[in-house]
Amino acid sequence: MATLVAPPKPPVTGHGGGYGDGRGGGRDGGALAIRRYKTGTWLGLGAVVMLFAAFTSAYVVRQGMSSDWRAIRLPSILWLNTAVIVVSSLTFERARRDRQSALLWLGATSILGVVFLAGQYVAWQQLRAAGVFLASNPSSSFFYLLTGAHGVHIVGGILALLYVLGKAWTVGGWVNRQAAVEATALYWHFMDGLWVYLFFLLKVGGRQ
Amino acid sequence: MAEQAHTHEAHAHAAPTGFIRKYIFSLDHKIIGLQYYFLAVVAVIVGMFLSLLMRWHLVWPTAKIGWLETLFPAGAAGGVMTPELYLSLMTMHGTIMVFFVLTTAPQSGFGNYVLPIQIGAADMAFPVLNMLSFWITFLSFVVMIAAFFVTGGAPLSGWTAYPPLSALTETGPGQQSGQTLWILSLALFSAASLLGALNFITTTLDLRTKGLSLMRMPLTCWTWFITAILGLLAFAVLLAGGVLLIMDRVAGTSFFVPGGLVVSDKVINHSGGSPLLWQHLFWFFGHPEVYIAILPGMGVVSQVLSTFSRKPIFGYRAMVFAIIAIGALGFGVWGHHMFISGMSPYSAMAFSVLTMSIGVPSAIKTFNWIGTLWGGKIRFTSAMMFAIGFVSLFVTGGLSGIFLGQPPVDLFFHDTYFVVAHFHMIMGVASIFGMFAGTYYWFPKMFGRMMNEGLGKLHFWITFVGVYAIFTPMHYLGLFGHPRRYSEITGVNYLAKSGAGEIHLFMTIAALITVGAQLLFFFNLFWSLFKGKKAPVNPWESTTLEWTVPSPPPHDNFGGYEPVVNHGPYEYSVPGAPKDYVMQSDPAGVAATGH
Repeated sequence: MATLVAPPKPPVTGHGGGYGDGRGGGRDGGALAIRRYKTGTWLGLGAVVMLFAAFTSAYVVRQGMSSDWRAIRLPSILWLNTAVIVVSSLTFERARRDRQSALLWLGATSILGVVFLAGQYVAWQQLRAAGVFLASNPSSSFFYLLTGAHGVHIVGGILALLYVLGKAWTVGGWVNRQAAVEATALYWHFMDGLWVYLFFLLKVGGRQ
Repeated sequence: MAEQAHTHEAHAHAAPTGFIRKYIFSLDHKIIGLQYYFLAVVAVIVGMFLSLLMRWHLVWPTAKIGWLETLFPAGAAGGVMTPELYLSLMTMHGTIMVFFVLTTAPQSGFGNYVLPIQIGAADMAFPVLNMLSFWITFLSFVVMIAAFFVTGGAPLSGWTAYPPLSALTETGPGQQSGQTLWILSLALFSAASLLGALNFITTTLDLRTKGLSLMRMPLTCWTWFITAILGLLAFAVLLAGGVLLIMDRVAGTSFFVPGGLVVSDKVINHSGGSPLLWQHLFWFFGHPEVYIAILPGMGVVSQVLSTFSRKPIFGYRAMVFAIIAIGALGFGVWGHHMFISGMSPYSAMAFSVLTMSIGVPSAIKTFNWIGTLWGGKIRFTSAMMFAIGFVSLFVTGGLSGIFLGQPPVDLFFHDTYFVVAHFHMIMGVASIFGMFAGTYYWFPKMFGRMMNEGLGKLHFWITFVGVYAIFTPMHYLGLFGHPRRYSEITGVNYLAKSGAGEIHLFMTIAALITVGAQLLFFFNLFWSLFKGKKAPVNPWESTTLEWTVPSPPPHDNFGGYEPVVNHGPYEYSVPGAPKDYVMQSDPAGVAATGH
C-alpha cells in the first residue's frame, strides 16, 4: 500500500513555497523569499539582456552591410527623458532607505516612470511630424523597435511599482526588506541602465 | 508576522478543492507537469498524422483521398495533395514536433512533475508563473493549429522559416495569415519558455532541501537545470528574430528582405535587408534548441540505466561536466547549419572544429552509460529497454553528425535526406525514446498504478526496429543526392534509377507499422490509468526522493515535512548496506557514502 516513508524528525519551517534553503542552513521564510525573488528577477533580466543583445547584433549587422542606412536626427527630448529615468532610480533608492516617507518616494518614482513613457511618446510624435516613420529607413525602424521594446518593459516595471505602492499604502511600514520591493528595484534600475545603453547605441551607433 | 504572512500569501497555497482550481488553473507543479505532458500527447498525435500524410503522398502522389479535401479544401482539391499542401504539412509537422513535443514533454512535462520532488521542495519557486507558462504554451498551440484553418492555410517555409519566403505574403498560399499566426505562436511559446526556464533555474538554485548539494542532485535535475539555462538564453533570441520578422511582414520594414525581388510578377517594395541575418538569429536559438530537446532525455536515461543496472552511474562527476560542456558548446556551433550560405571558409572551419568538439562530452556520456551497464545486474523493464534504445539511437544519430559537421561533406549532404535521417535519429527519435523511458519509469509515481510491462516491451521492439527501418534508408537516399522537401520525385531520372521509389515505399510501410505500435502505447497509457495494478511507493527500488513519497504524491509532496538528504543519488549495491540500494534520505550511517 502507498504509505509515506517520512524522514525521521522533520523541522517544519514557516515558509510555504519550498522546504529547501538551497544551501542547507535554516533561514527564515522572509530571507528565502527575498533570495528567490532576486534570483528570479536576475534570471528574467538575463533573458532581457539576450533579447536586446539579439536586437543590437541585428542593428550592427543591418547597418554594416547596407548602403541604404540614413542616420535620423534624434529628438532632443530624449535627453530630458534620460534625465527623468535616472532620477526615478534615485527616488526609488530613497524609498528603500527612508521607511517613514517610502510611500511618497515610491509615488514619485511611479510618476517619473509615467513621465518617461509620455516623453518617449512625444519623441515618436516629433519624428512622425518630421516624416520619419517605422518603415522609412532601417535606422528609423530600429529606433521605433528599440524604444518600443524598452517601453513595453517599462510598462511592466510601472505595473510592478503600482503593486508595491498599493501594498505600501495598505500595510504600514511594509516596504522594508520586502521581496517584491527588492525585485522591483532591481528591475527598475536595470531598465534605467538599459535605456542609457540604448540611447548611446542610437546616438553614437546610428551615425554613418 | 508580517513577513510570514507575506511569504505565505506569495507562494504557499492550500490544496484546492474545486475542479477548476485543482485540474485546470492549478498551481500544483504536478498537475502542471501532467498538463504539459498531455498537451505533448495531443501534439504528437497531430504531428504523427501529418507525417503519415506526407509519407503516403511520397509513395502515391496521385492518390485521391476523399477526406483530405474535406480537411484541406484549397490544398487538396479533388483529394489530391498539392505541392504547397505538402510543404505546409512538412512545416507544421516540424514545428509541432520540435516545440510542442520535444521541448514540451521532456523539460516542461517531466521536469515540472519530478524536479521539485527530487530536490525535496513542496513546489516550484513561482507557482503562479508556472501556471501562466503552461496556459501561454497552450494558447500558443491553439494559435499554431489555427494556422491550418485561415485563408491560404498553414505556412510553407519550414520550421526554420527562412526569409524572404517567410517575410512576404505574396510567396505562397500559406504565407498569408498562416505564417503570421505561426510567428505569433512561436513568440508566445518563447515567452512561456522564458518564464518556465526562470522558474526551473530558481527552483534548482534556491529550493534544494537540506543536504542536497549540487553534486548530490540526480542527473535528471542537472539536465533540467542546464536545459533551463539554454532555454533562457536561446528563446529570447528567437523572440527577437520573430519580432523583426513580423515587422517585415506587417509594418513594411526591411530587416530581412533584400531589394529587387520580384514575386509572382510583382515588384517587392523592400530594400537592403539580409536573409542571412535571420539565419544567424534563428540558428543561434535553433542549435541550443536541439540540446533543449535531447538533454532531459539524457538525464532520464542516466537515471533509468543506473536504477535497473543496480549500479551507481559510472562517472557521476564526468556526467555533470559533460552536461555542462554540451550546453556551453551548444551556443558556439550554430554556423554549422549555414555552411552553404556562402560564409567564409575560416568561419566554417571554426564552427566545424567546435562542432566536432561536442563529440567529446557526448562520447563521455555514451562511454559512461555503457560503463554503467557493464557488469550490472540488469533488470529488463520497459523503461530500461527504451533507455538502452536511446543510447543506440544517440550513437547512430551522432555518427551521421560527424559527416554533416564537416563543411566539404556538408556541401553535398545539405538539403538531402541524409540530414533528415540525422536529425530524426538524434533529436527526434532518441528524444522520444527518452520520453518513453520516462513515462514507463515515472508512470507509477504519477498515477499510482503500474503500466503493463508485456505491452511495454512489445511497444519497444516494434518501435525500435520500426524507427531504424524508417530512417536508415534515408541515409542512402541522401547519398544518392535525393533532395529533401520535394513532394514528388516523378520525372527525376537519377533517383528513379537508384531505386528511390522502392525505398520510399519501404519507409512508408515501416512508418505505418511503427505508428501502429504507438497505438499500443496510448492504449497501455490510458488502460493503466484506470485498470493498472496499484503501485507501491517505490516499485523500482530507486534511490531518489520522489520514491519516498506516496504514489501519487500529496499536494505539497512531503506532507509539510522537510526531507534531509544524506546520500548521493545513485547508491546501488553499496557494500555492507542491508539492501542493494540506499535511499538519498536514508540516515547517514546506513553505508559509506558514494561519490
